[in-house]
Amino acid sequence: MLSSPGGHPQTTGHLISAADLSRDDAVLILDTAEEMARVADRPIKKLPTLRGRTVVNLFFEDSTRTRISFEAAEKRLSADVINFTAKGSSVSKGESLKDTAQTLEAMGVDAVVIRHSASGAPFRLATSGWIDAAVINAGDGTHQHPTQALLDAFTMRRRLLGRDAGLGRDLAGRRITLVGDVLHSRVARSNVDLLHTLGADVTLVAPPTLLPVGVETWPCEVSYDLDRVLSKSDAVMMLRVQRERMNAAFFPTEREYSRRYGLDGDRMAKMPGHALVMHPGPMVRGMEITADVADSERCTAVEQVANGVSIRMAVLYLLLGGNEPAVTHTRPTAAETGRAGTAYAEDSEEK
Amino acid sequence: MSKILIRGAKVLGGEAQDVLIDGETIAAVGTGLDASGAQVVEADGKVLLPGLVDLHTHLREPGREDSETVLTGTKAAARGGWTAVHAMANTFPVADTAGVVEQVWRLGKESGYCDVQPIGAVTVGLEGKQLAELGAMHDSAAGVRVFSDDGKCVDDAVIMRRALEYVKAFDGVVAQHAQEPRLTEGAQMNEGLVSAELGLGGWPAVAEESIIARDVLLAAHVDSRVHICHLSTAGSVEIVRWAKSKGWNVTAEVTPHHLLLTDELVRSYNPVYKVNPPLRTEADVLALREALADGTIDIVATDHAPHPREDKDCEWAAAAMGMVGLETALSVVQATMVETGLLDWAGVADRMSLAPARIGRLAGHGRPVSAGEPANLTLVDPAYRGAVDPAGFASRSRNTPYEGRELPGRVTHTFLRGRATLMDGNLA
Repeated sequence: MLSSPGGHPQTTGHLISAADLSRDDAVLILDTAEEMARVADRPIKKLPTLRGRTVVNLFFEDSTRTRISFEAAEKRLSADVINFTAKGSSVSKGESLKDTAQTLEAMGVDAVVIRHSASGAPFRLATSGWIDAAVINAGDGTHQHPTQALLDAFTMRRRLLGRDAGLGRDLAGRRITLVGDVLHSRVARSNVDLLHTLGADVTLVAPPTLLPVGVETWPCEVSYDLDRVLSKSDAVMMLRVQRERMNAAFFPTEREYSRRYGLDGDRMAKMPGHALVMHPGPMVRGMEITADVADSERCTAVEQVANGVSIRMAVLYLLLGGNEPAVTHTRPTAAETGRAGTAYAEDSEEK
Repeated sequence: MSKILIRGAKVLGGEAQDVLIDGETIAAVGTGLDASGAQVVEADGKVLLPGLVDLHTHLREPGREDSETVLTGTKAAARGGWTAVHAMANTFPVADTAGVVEQVWRLGKESGYCDVQPIGAVTVGLEGKQLAELGAMHDSAAGVRVFSDDGKCVDDAVIMRRALEYVKAFDGVVAQHAQEPRLTEGAQMNEGLVSAELGLGGWPAVAEESIIARDVLLAAHVDSRVHICHLSTAGSVEIVRWAKSKGWNVTAEVTPHHLLLTDELVRSYNPVYKVNPPLRTEADVLALREALADGTIDIVATDHAPHPREDKDCEWAAAAMGMVGLETALSVVQATMVETGLLDWAGVADRMSLAPARIGRLAGHGRPVSAGEPANLTLVDPAYRGAVDPAGFASRSRNTPYEGRELPGRVTHTFLRGRATLMDGNLA
């Protein structure tokens, strides 16, 4: 993305993988998202930035929450929005990805937000020469979900560093633990890439069956034992585990998984006082997380959803908005900074 | 009959000699041969090989004539220097009866560009449940000796054992596509660091190696011969090496693409690199080259697998597996084996002509370049350098992984029983 020196040369001008983002790219997105978040505090939650631009949400896989989040972001930036879902469309009648994309581009779209069950479909769309529009990956197979990783990092930075104190800063030295089905998780892959770029120390916790081959070469630690890492975590992110996995012998039973890798109140109590519980949703309550943890003050699941809109606004703005300033108001004054920070005062600074 | 004098060719890469073709046979090999009455082919600097024999070609006819026909496939073969190809059985309908193999055999005869030796399916419909009528296919005009369910593994140990036993009655061989099906459910590429990063389903090396280990033991147990298709991992090499050290009747092939390409290419998500077995790692590639050089792997076979454009112009998971290979194989072998010093041209002749003809029990092919032998010959210009341009392919399909890649060597002439099927790079 953003013509970053470390990025994939073929995907400049798109957002395909969290691995394509440099540290400065990522911090710019997080900072821009903070500006976007202020729009939500206004009486009219809308910016004219993408007026006259058309964005299509091309969803080949059911994901109401991600689609609605992108749609909200697009509308707040005044873009014209087209929603395209595979069900009931020509895709279900056998139309190829290429034909679908070219059909949409012929209608004049500036950006394609794509969700696809096939890993690499957004990369293919961005690099095959089929279309010229900017491509934003909204989740592909078990590969990447970069806006999820960005909104997770945004949530962590706000909570751990503070809304304004975090501006311009990364997550250097923060200890982030991801727990669950890493093997099938695009959220885990994206988070490992982005958190590493932002300087965090990442630990993956899962049964060995749910870790990918070669995970030891990833820029993170790996543990099979959740209890040993809880006290050393500034945030614990629980990944969704599908019950069907036990039928493929990834783990014996739901109860055994829950006992060994689920987050309940007792385990949460072992975490440091400031530490967050995160979940990308949808949560499987009783499986990877108990209801009391999910509903606790420390769980950011709902906040992550709200932050998702700000992050997606920032990404759309940076990819499509050109050089126009996103928000016309001036930088917040010291007083505003203090006020903005109050909502998170208790958790904003790590001691 | 017409005479052709090939003048000054390095026979098997050795000293320059003249080769006189008279009718369907080689009349003389020597220096300063009399050119009178003969069409002269100047071969200064070129290498003369026995006509290449492919033990593993998908010609797609009957059933998928949109991707290849026997005619277009054999034209591609002639351009690549092949004088005989073995047509795989996974057509529609499957070549599991005498009727289908005779149809393919007849189409080959009509094409005239190279000999087509049909392979028969091991099991009915490639379903791995019931033996096809192997004897009937052998007794047919097609004279089938090689049997394979290629594309699918004969994974049932009892069926595999029976097939190995049964074909002994007519000196047949079972060519196994080694792929343990449960370990490769949903597999999209080599299981390793790259698949983990790309989020593509892994095809682990053990899924190939476990079947090869079982099958060499079965072949030894029933004293039959087994051939391993498209061996792709360093571990498979070790197992075949061990089986051969025991004196068991095991042969193995490697494809050109497994000698050159690695799974790093999959990072492009371009399905032109999607193939079964998948592209492996650098370490595997080096082990395969070494094994081909030392004879552990007996032959190079193309696994030429044409697919129409729409089956590759899509997302990775939706794409078909396979690459065309007939028209680039010799260049890839020159690049990976000859120019690396691993194999000389005589070695190339063995791995791409003599040995495959021997495994397939194919009469008239894979013979020495000497007087009295059938004039099945391939003339190569090893000094040629050029980028691969699929637009020039004779194959109906263009799914080559080498588009734009510079490869050495070019086949200029191919002779099938004395008749040029390729003359100065043009199909005759």
